[in-house]
Amino acid sequence: MSTTDHTIEYVTATIGGQLFGLPISGVQDVFMPERLTRVPLAAPEFAGMLNLRGRIVTAIDMRLRLGLPPAEEGKPRMAIGIESKGESYGLLIDAIGEVIRLPAASRESNPVNLDARLSRVSAGVHRLDGNLLVVLDMDRVLDVGAHAEAA
Amino acid sequence: MALQKVFVMDELLRDFLTETHESIDVVDVELVRFEQEPNNAQILGRIFRLVHTIKGTCGFLSLPRLEALTHAAETLIGNFRDGAPVTSEAVSLILATIDRIKLLLDELERNHAEQAGDDRDLIEQLERAAAQVAVPGAPKGPQVAPSGSGQAPEADAPQAETSAESQVARQSIRVHVDTLEQLMTMVSELVLTRNQLLEIVRRHEDSEFKAPLQRLSNVTAELQEGVMKTRMQPIGNAWQKLPRIVRDLSNELGKPIEFEMHGAETELDRQVLDLIKDPLTHMVRNSADHGIEHPAVRAAAGKPEKGTIRLSAWHEGGHIIIEIADDGRGLDAQKIKAAAVARGLASEAEVEKMSDVQAFKYIFTPGFSTANQITSVSGRGVGLDVVRANIDEIGGTIDVKSVPGRGSSFTIKIPLTLAIVSALIVEAAGDRFAIPQLAVVELVRVRANSEHRIERIKDAAVLRLRNKLLPLVTLKSMLRIADGRDEAQSAFIVVMQVGNQTFGVVVDAVFHTEEIVVKPMCSRLRNITLFGGNTILGDGAVIMIIDPNGLANAIGSSAAAQHAAESARETEQRSEDASTESLLVFRAGSPQPKAVHLSLVTRLEEIDAKTIEGVDGRLMVQYRGQLMPLVLVNEDVRIKEKGVQPLLVFADEGRSMGLIVDEIVDIVEERLRIELASQRPGVLGSAIIKGQATEVVDIAHYLPLAFEDWLAWAGGRPDRSPVRVLLIDDAPFFRNMLAPVLKAAGYAVTPAASAQEALALFEGGERFDIVVTDLDMPGMDGFDFTAEMRKSPRTAAIPVIGLSSLASPETIERGRKVGLHDYVAKFDRSGLIAALKEQTAEVNVAA
Repeated sequence: MSTTDHTIEYVTATIGGQLFGLPISGVQDVFMPERLTRVPLAAPEFAGMLNLRGRIVTAIDMRLRLGLPPAEEGKPRMAIGIESKGESYGLLIDAIGEVIRLPAASRESNPVNLDARLSRVSAGVHRLDGNLLVVLDMDRVLDVGAHAEAA
Repeated sequence: MALQKVFVMDELLRDFLTETHESIDVVDVELVRFEQEPNNAQILGRIFRLVHTIKGTCGFLSLPRLEALTHAAETLIGNFRDGAPVTSEAVSLILATIDRIKLLLDELERNHAEQAGDDRDLIEQLERAAAQVAVPGAPKGPQVAPSGSGQAPEADAPQAETSAESQVARQSIRVHVDTLEQLMTMVSELVLTRNQLLEIVRRHEDSEFKAPLQRLSNVTAELQEGVMKTRMQPIGNAWQKLPRIVRDLSNELGKPIEFEMHGAETELDRQVLDLIKDPLTHMVRNSADHGIEHPAVRAAAGKPEKGTIRLSAWHEGGHIIIEIADDGRGLDAQKIKAAAVARGLASEAEVEKMSDVQAFKYIFTPGFSTANQITSVSGRGVGLDVVRANIDEIGGTIDVKSVPGRGSSFTIKIPLTLAIVSALIVEAAGDRFAIPQLAVVELVRVRANSEHRIERIKDAAVLRLRNKLLPLVTLKSMLRIADGRDEAQSAFIVVMQVGNQTFGVVVDAVFHTEEIVVKPMCSRLRNITLFGGNTILGDGAVIMIIDPNGLANAIGSSAAAQHAAESARETEQRSEDASTESLLVFRAGSPQPKAVHLSLVTRLEEIDAKTIEGVDGRLMVQYRGQLMPLVLVNEDVRIKEKGVQPLLVFADEGRSMGLIVDEIVDIVEERLRIELASQRPGVLGSAIIKGQATEVVDIAHYLPLAFEDWLAWAGGRPDRSPVRVLLIDDAPFFRNMLAPVLKAAGYAVTPAASAQEALALFEGGERFDIVVTDLDMPGMDGFDFTAEMRKSPRTAAIPVIGLSSLASPETIERGRKVGLHDYVAKFDRSGLIAALKEQTAEVNVAA
């Protein structure tokens, strides 16, 4: 796999059974979301706010963001911390996976038949052994509200 | 060893740079003051010492260019200190030198070494100036040895001050901002850990940890507070350079300008401080450049030659307000409108309808102000769009007010974001929220059986609070997080005031007040106007901060407040039918509902039926230490024999009257159309309210029943013929509402539905003592009408009182110009009567 010069490291996560990858350069930390404060009047994708070591983090429920049914009550969830324009976000996911290194060249553009809800936030896919890794486009993931109603 | 030395030098250099930058900022300010008060020895002494210190340090660090320059400047300043007359040129020269020093310091900061070069040009000028102003026979005090070995001659006067100042210096140290930020983060961590510990100890009843943990907890809280305070700085820090800038501009443009600063001590978060520095500088520059006219122009306009720019800052309603005001030429609305049309920003027809205030907004449009020809036209300058963009970025707003020929003022309002504010922590539906304390007037505890209780009449909730009916909203329903619990039985009401709007917010619980660090709302959630930001509480939880303005706006659009009706009128001026009114609906004597305008009612009251007494065949009740007469709406009303008796209380000028009703039903917002033609006394007419025919009660009928002398007494002139009032309002409702009120107060009222109709009455020879006119009318409005009246000798002297729901300073000013005598808000019944009395009293004196 390490034949090409340019490789990208991905932090992987599963959301609703699907494997996703986030470029490690954009990931701040991975944490257990605790004490979420709900934000009244906000879109449902906004799971709430939390305090992570003195920083206020806006949590986004990736299941809802991807149009999936909400997670079961009481099931422990994880969050991937990312930063955008000086603000901290936490993407709530089902489970965190390993960090994998993939050649940049092996990334393919979204298959035309990719679920619209996925292609909306996807920056391409990598074919793994018997699995498909959807690369998340952070900016588009955070663009909650703009496309949410479109689907 | 060499390495060690380099390190030490670096450290020294860094300290020197920081210190010198600060000193120079101070010198800047001091010099400007010095030019204004050349005889102030203290200021001069301070400037001298500062320059001297810089010079001394330069020698130590071997910075020859800087040293030579400061030395030359020091000599000149020294001459002034010895009594040489201060000239404006000399001050300019010193300022130029300081600019050069700054330049050199910047180089130094970048390269860690002095740039090669020469400052002969400046030094020569300085020396020449020093020679010119040298006082013959003066002691050669300032001629210090060029090496600057620190043997500075001690000035005799400021000696005592020196020690005082160094004491101040010893009380503060310099800390890097990053260190503070990190401290803040660590403290938050500490708080979280403490809370976990507290949680653990709570589970173990008799823990020996309890006492020390309590102590830890208190210390942590204090530590947190202390660290938060370190972030606050007075706004004056952002203003330091401004006097110098104004002074330079004043010289450059040949306009004498007085620059005032107020409220420099107002504290705000240093982050905000940094962000507003540039916009402020820009605005002040703008005022000096475009706002203030040349002395000749000012003199011609009858203004003092010296223009004034006033910069002020203060805290208000959870915001920091910064105002930049000048007494210059003001904005020219017509030209701005023309420019807006020329730029395709608005059509001719649109600007036609636009108020001046609306037109002023165009000066913030990108591209509007940057083009030169527009600048010269609009009279305001370059890049106001950039200023607004900067202020928008920190969630602030900017407003402009202007009176042609009198000046303009820009008001920058920076909301809670980033600053530390005191906030009330409340609970709604299980979640906590922070309400900025500055917007909170008082807290009211309501219980089912207490004095204060929520009058829950269908959808509209009100609280009787002293003399007012306070509109209420429930926080959880505003936030749509209702949990189904009924809070009406026991709740807290946070009485808030935002602008001129007062309302009560019902919450489930009130905890305490906490100093909170306001963090801006996540940019993707800023569309939720009810929140002004969020914060981390002492226990580590994140909570939302309610934005009082957002809340007030939201309430304004909901149908709860009486004020809503007023603001609705402002926006719904299309036709009279579109305006809604607040009405109190009740039943008395018959199942058919009756209504009275809510603003006429002072209080809703429920009294114990047993306390009603009959005195001389009249009904009375002991009420607030006085006997209050009671009147039945009609003879079919039965006074209850026991239990509570509902009353509508009407009060005017210290007198109260109770109207006995069977039941208070509701408060409704209705588009009201009264069908008149009722012949029955006490009934104005009928209207359809909530689909039911409702009698609208004429309060004027009942007032004399309670007090036989009410009419005469209220009019204040029982033995004369009544004052003739011409009442002009396009809305029949207001005519119908005000006419009886005025009649009840002893005036002879002639209503007119339009300005034209009123003018026709004058034409027809009708005579009136005073005119009360609505200002916002279709066709000829109240202003034009007044102007028209002033033209005719017959009507020119008649006092005119304007009525409007738009009480902006602009309208008041406009009214004053056309010759309005007084100005009363439409719903302000007692204000109107007071104004009438005052104006007619003048008529009597004049007559």
